[in-house]
Amino acid sequence: MELIRHNLPALIVVTPLVMGLLTSIIGRRGLGWWMAMGTTAAGLAMSVQLLVDVLSQGDRTLEYLMGNWPVPFGIGYSVDPLNATVLLIVSLLSAVITLYARKSVASEVPAGKLNFFYALWLFCITGLLGITITGDAFNLYVLLEISSLSTYTLVALGKDRNRRALTSAVNYLVLGSIGACFYLVGVAYLYMATGSLNIADIAERLQPIYASWGTDEPVYQKTVITGFAFMAVGLSLKLALFPLHGWLPNAYTYAPSSVSALLASTATKVGAYAFIRVIFTLVGVGFAFGRLHTDVALMVCSGAAILVGSWLAIRQTNVKKLLAYSSIAQIGYIALGFALANRDGITASVIHLFNHALTKGGMFLALGIVMYRVGGTRLSDLRGLGRKLPITMGAFTAGGLGLIGVPLTSGFISKWYLVSACLERGRYELAGVVLVGSVLALVYVWRVVETIYFGKREDEVTVREAPASMLVPTLILVGASIYFGVDSSFTTHIAGEAADFLLKVKP
Amino acid sequence: MQIVLDYYNYWACILIMMIGFYGIMAKSNLVKKVISLAIFQTGILVFYISTGKIDGGTGPVRVAEGAAEAVYSNPLPHALMLTAIVVGVSTMAVALAIIVNIRQAYGTIDELDIETMEHERGE
Amino acid sequence: MTTPEQLAMLALGVPLIGFVLVAMSGRVPNVREAFTLLTALVTFACVAGLYPAVMRGEEVRFALLEVMPGVPLSFRVEPLGMVYALVATLLWIPNSLYSIGYMRANHEKNQTRFYACYPLAIASAVGIAFADNIFTMFVFYEMLTLSTFPLVTHKGTSDAMRSGRVYLGILLTTSVCFQLFAVLWIYVLSMGDTPAVESINFTVGGVFRDGLASNRIDPGIIGLLFFLYIYGIGKAALMPVHRWLPAAMVAPTPVSAFLHAVAVVKGGVFCVIKVSVYVFGVGTMQQYGLGNWLLYVAGATIIIASLIAAFQDNLKKRLAYSTISQLSYVVMATALLTPLSIMAATFHIVAHAFGKITLFFAAGSVYTASHKTQVSQLDGIGRRMPATMAAFTIGALSMIGVPPLVGFVSKWWLISSVIERGTLSGVDFSEGFVLAVIGASTLLNASYFLPIIYRAFFRPLADDDLKHPHGEAPMPMVYALSFTAALTVLFFFWHKPALDLAELVRRAAL
Repeated sequence: MELIRHNLPALIVVTPLVMGLLTSIIGRRGLGWWMAMGTTAAGLAMSVQLLVDVLSQGDRTLEYLMGNWPVPFGIGYSVDPLNATVLLIVSLLSAVITLYARKSVASEVPAGKLNFFYALWLFCITGLLGITITGDAFNLYVLLEISSLSTYTLVALGKDRNRRALTSAVNYLVLGSIGACFYLVGVAYLYMATGSLNIADIAERLQPIYASWGTDEPVYQKTVITGFAFMAVGLSLKLALFPLHGWLPNAYTYAPSSVSALLASTATKVGAYAFIRVIFTLVGVGFAFGRLHTDVALMVCSGAAILVGSWLAIRQTNVKKLLAYSSIAQIGYIALGFALANRDGITASVIHLFNHALTKGGMFLALGIVMYRVGGTRLSDLRGLGRKLPITMGAFTAGGLGLIGVPLTSGFISKWYLVSACLERGRYELAGVVLVGSVLALVYVWRVVETIYFGKREDEVTVREAPASMLVPTLILVGASIYFGVDSSFTTHIAGEAADFLLKVKP
Repeated sequence: MQIVLDYYNYWACILIMMIGFYGIMAKSNLVKKVISLAIFQTGILVFYISTGKIDGGTGPVRVAEGAAEAVYSNPLPHALMLTAIVVGVSTMAVALAIIVNIRQAYGTIDELDIETMEHERGE
Repeated sequence: MTTPEQLAMLALGVPLIGFVLVAMSGRVPNVREAFTLLTALVTFACVAGLYPAVMRGEEVRFALLEVMPGVPLSFRVEPLGMVYALVATLLWIPNSLYSIGYMRANHEKNQTRFYACYPLAIASAVGIAFADNIFTMFVFYEMLTLSTFPLVTHKGTSDAMRSGRVYLGILLTTSVCFQLFAVLWIYVLSMGDTPAVESINFTVGGVFRDGLASNRIDPGIIGLLFFLYIYGIGKAALMPVHRWLPAAMVAPTPVSAFLHAVAVVKGGVFCVIKVSVYVFGVGTMQQYGLGNWLLYVAGATIIIASLIAAFQDNLKKRLAYSTISQLSYVVMATALLTPLSIMAATFHIVAHAFGKITLFFAAGSVYTASHKTQVSQLDGIGRRMPATMAAFTIGALSMIGVPPLVGFVSKWWLISSVIERGTLSGVDFSEGFVLAVIGASTLLNASYFLPIIYRAFFRPLADDDLKHPHGEAPMPMVYALSFTAALTVLFFFWHKPALDLAELVRRAAL
């Protein structure tokens, strides 16, 4: 037991990787799902244990050396409150969505390919967990590509339902690769300046470089700035921060239902995490925000994301696409939070990572049930479903209230902290943008809710409520999203820990 | 002029990357797009390798016992780029596999044609 | 023996239990409606049971849960909240009775949804009434909006949906963009070691006094916050955010009667009084002249809404605009910012509720019995429906302010408070303005209510109507409207409980 516990940071990444390989070989018929389910459940247990462990540490960090090679020579994994939280988000969501995936995937992916589907599924989760836990800038790139490559393929597997999945996947592939390459170039520049790839080590070696800039002989000034610029753009692409969000709506819309849910609730969250990590740990907030004023650019982009994303969501007729555009707006909230760089802002960001993963994941799962039972997710497919799928549609509506940020849903908690953070910084206009964003969210959610409950169906098809294996995960996610809106002590506690860690407040 | 000559290796990398970038943006044939992506990635590979080069340095091979300390180029970027090449090849494989599927589904691999087809279907 | 705290918790909890019971007994209408009546009675009993404790000045407070660190859902029973809670829960009883008659006679669909949403709305109203901090008030304010939306769109027609969108759009937009903004601003100001604002709890005398005394907050910001609050409380229907109220008239009449004459709109003006007294503080606002603009906006709303009402032929629309103008009486009284005017505002909540619910009940009875909705169709209807139209007359005269009806009492206090203001701070233009508004609006009220009474009792029935004989509406409806009409008269002679509570509010405002 002690051995497992000591090696948890490595195991959490290696387990899905190995199991993914095994699944592709022996995971035929039903076995693939069982293997994926077991792996993700184990991952959830491990991430909970890691979170408990890291919060019990005095300095709130756990270091792990791959193969016992000391950093910066070997690859080090480091866990702190921030990425322990993100690990929990990823593994929780992936476990719940895997639970849901069995019937949904079986109806959307050919039976002969199920083993490959679940293998890719596990690789994708490997990559996401790896990005989160790694302490090495280049390792991050490799894991980013592992998760991205499996994601492209997973999206393309929606082709049997709609061939648009293929073009969306290729579009995502091209833009995603450009994003990753930009990040890679950024790493190269920072490597030139510091000669290290370990994130903590780079951060340390950058200090004398920054110090030299005030003097007559500044060293590596352009190199570091260029490197950070490349990284920022590359990660913004991965994170789908407006205006680099082009790949997201179609990829989310045409992917198989479970894949949309997984992507929406984890992939962009991990992108946001990587961005936070680069700004706060790698280059330091004093450089990124203090010297370069990236925060202003981020605030502008995220404000625009909130308004434009919500506005475009209002105009959609496919509900899956509507949720995708809403995700762009919600990413704006997350980015705005850490751009404000005060305690409430980072808390808001981390809370929203968590809350939005639950809410949006739950809503995509509910839509997956509609896909499973009705066969489409256009607004007209949802007409009058309130009576036919009462539980599913109730869950969807509850999730929608969370997106709007109605009090006593988790979305309200995020917005409360975010607006407080704006007001503390004296950015009243941004507070206004957030609140207007809620009103726009009301419009796009309400359009769907009205259709669900008051729309009239021409065809009187008999639609039965979804099977329990799909309903339960949906209700878990939506229920959790409501629960964390009523009692937010857990989320505010871990998000506060993460914020304190990033702002280097001693616990 | 001096700045161009001093950093000629970087300018070359930037040129390769921009050629690739142009192709990604401008070509509507998906295979050409993917080839451009490969060129773009190659630019980065060259960039990394050139950062490891030291004037007069040899390959990082251990010379005979007792010989004078040799100056050699940094081997780490090479190792990194081996990984990056693997990633690039995988990306290419996935991309081409999807394009094969696109060809089967649409009968064309031209992005503009596909857009027109979908537009006519009212998507 | 239950403690006052337990009673207050019950007042919140009983409607929620009622909601579950009603939702579960949907198959058996008689049982469902019995549960509705029972819930209404028990809820009122709980609230009324708090009255002695409040009069003794006991501290009745409890917190349910801490939603965010330092931001709990907490409650405290104080006199002003008692007035609103008593009015809302008392009038729910005749309204339940009335609903049963109305919904059955008109063969409305989805009756279970209808009856299930009511207790939720009442629970929200009680939550607003007993809220101890601005966060709790906001939460229940939004709950009230959302729980009444299915009632507004009850008919499900495209017309109802459109009105529903206006309803939800205006109420949520104002509350999110303005009220939540103000709530968060005050919350942010209340943090730190030397906060500019004492707390987010409702405090006698307001929360800004220390900050102002030590120059930590600019009076201009307080003025801005006050503006945000006033327009953030869209339920008070102050122009120009009044459009939702006429739109909500698409709902079945019991909904219009109870929610849009009592619970929702009174919730709005109650919030206005509550934040004026317990957040901003009458003294503070008086000192910096923060309420003056509100006086004129409210005065203008009274006059304009009355003018619009006079030109409405649809009876419910006319009543809706009359409600808008009457709500602004409360707001205007609050904006006078003297202790007596706060008392008058509090009392007017009660007075207007009794009168207006009677008027709506009568309008619904007329619709149920004869399917008439327009004022111009009402010729001679008083002869066929004497009880209904007698009650209507009582309600209308109370609106105008004729003794011996309760409307006269509240007008009396209002005019007294204007005089008090004149003696306190010297007579200036504003006192004259208020008196002129009161006079003009009384005339306007008379001009749009008296013709209806005249038509009903003194004009002969139209030829068309003679072919379609009908009598009174179903008995439950007649009982309900007779009860509220009787209250309107009775309260003129015996309004001590309400006045005592209002007196306590006056002391809090001192």
